[in-house]
Amino acid sequence: MDELLTILKNNALEKPETIARMLNLSVDAVKARIADYEKQGIIRGYQAILNVDQLDISHVTAVIEVKVTPEREGGFDRIASRISRYPEVQSLYLMSGAYDLLLFVAGKDLKEVAFFVSEKLATLDGVVSTATHFMLKTYKHHGVLMETQDADERLQVSP
Amino acid sequence: MPTNDSKSPRDFIAGHIVDMPRSGIRDFFDIVSTMKDIISLGIGEPDFDTPWHVREYTVFALERGATHYTSNMGLLELRRAISKYVEKAFRASYKPETEILITVGVSEALDLALRATLNPGDEVLYHEPCYVSYRSDVILAHGTPVTVETKRDNQFRLTRAMLEAKATPRTKVLLLNFPNNPTGAILRKEDLVEIAAFARERNLLVITDEIYAELTYDGEHTSIASLPGMKERTIFLHGFSKAWAMTGFRLGYACAPPELTEAMMKVHQYTMLCAPTMSQKAAIEALTKPQTAVVEMTAEYRRRRNYLVKSFEEMGLPCTTPAGAFYAFPYIGHLGIASKDFALKFLDREKVAVVPGTAFGACGEGFVRCAYATSMENIQEAMRRMARFVQSLKKG
Ligand SMILES: Cc1ncc(COP(=O)(O)O)c(C=O)c1O
Repeated sequence: MDELLTILKNNALEKPETIARMLNLSVDAVKARIADYEKQGIIRGYQAILNVDQLDISHVTAVIEVKVTPEREGGFDRIASRISRYPEVQSLYLMSGAYDLLLFVAGKDLKEVAFFVSEKLATLDGVVSTATHFMLKTYKHHGVLMETQDADERLQVSP
Repeated sequence: MPTNDSKSPRDFIAGHIVDMPRSGIRDFFDIVSTMKDIISLGIGEPDFDTPWHVREYTVFALERGATHYTSNMGLLELRRAISKYVEKAFRASYKPETEILITVGVSEALDLALRATLNPGDEVLYHEPCYVSYRSDVILAHGTPVTVETKRDNQFRLTRAMLEAKATPRTKVLLLNFPNNPTGAILRKEDLVEIAAFARERNLLVITDEIYAELTYDGEHTSIASLPGMKERTIFLHGFSKAWAMTGFRLGYACAPPELTEAMMKVHQYTMLCAPTMSQKAAIEALTKPQTAVVEMTAEYRRRRNYLVKSFEEMGLPCTTPAGAFYAFPYIGHLGIASKDFALKFLDREKVAVVPGTAFGACGEGFVRCAYATSMENIQEAMRRMARFVQSLKKG
């Protein structure tokens, strides 16, 4: 992977000026490359990684396994595309194995997610069955630990 | 009865220890450690944690009972892994059974190499600026250290001519460290070839500390041990502290022909017995699994190095681009301030710790060592403060 993308994946807020120094490039070259990645759709967005558990708000996330009947010609893509349009759906993947689609669905509470599953998801043409698991606690999200790490314990000066 | 004239405890200390100065790093450490909330570019060890699979495996090994002594030489499985690794990465082949000794860090390996080979008064050629222990280690082994100074105006190169100028009939050992702490310099291939020829012609033993070999940024590392006719006169030292971020495990090794390995083994068996068993297990895990973490850490060090070099350039501080290790050694001599005063003032005014170049030898005067084994955020903030500080010095 391009080192520029590695840097942005670690910290999307890294300034083009800093990246330019790290990669021995001009600032303009870095900006142009980022713009190009955005235009190509390789960079799809920039988000903050939150530890939502620390916020004083009501929220739940469910992981839902879905079995579907693939359509002739459309395969899984058409139904997956329809499901992905619901704003409740945070992530959606086609899986190998015992089920077909894996969804991450967010809601205010259990009831809201249950309503989405029974009223929207399960009733879609092609959906054969669903299995819903609720998340209890987040330990790591997008490669980031949700537990605050100990401060640097190294000696302040060493040979 | 003889009178017991009150003897000072100091009188018990051996002559060569009384005269030995404390490491310049320690003096500076004592000052820094009294201060809070500083950004330190003074740390000579990785900021990365030891790769998780290594830590996890160490715990597993402890649970399985890796708590006893190993053979003096170290676990054979580890020596086999090292033999394979050194063959592949350094193109030097050593037999696990007779030519590899596991030690408590490169620190012990260096001590063993010197003690096993030096007779009192034998001269050891070594280059400065260098790692703080070299000079004292030679003295501890009753050898005579002979300094060869490397200079900024030719990128801290070490050349045959520089060695020739200091060699005498008593010269026995040539001690090398590339990539270098504190300059980040590496040896050019043409210099390496010439230095090897010099060692062969003069019948010298070469002790080569290649602990930073993996952290080489602009090309491939070449070991002097891999050059023709060198293996029989070389003790190759390496360890896990730097590239694998395993400083606290205290694990290193020496590779050398059987006779030399056996000689080092004697000292090791009577003074250390063996390296820590759980650390040896950890090292097996570190060497035999994919080197993903080493590659990623190296890439990150390279980015930080680039950032530093550019920052020094903008501040008007000449700095040879470090080709390896994780130190930059910018020149501050033109600011009309001694290294130590620079470091003390910078610490006092801007709360950033850098190490005075003089800690690495007299010819380090005019330089400070900035380690980039710290986060990009720290580096950025430290460079902002350094630019401000340098500006204030220029104004006088
Ligand atoms: C050049 C050099 N050699 C040896 C060492 C010590 O390594 P170890 O942790 O393996 O004893 C260091 C540590 O800073 C070093 O910079």
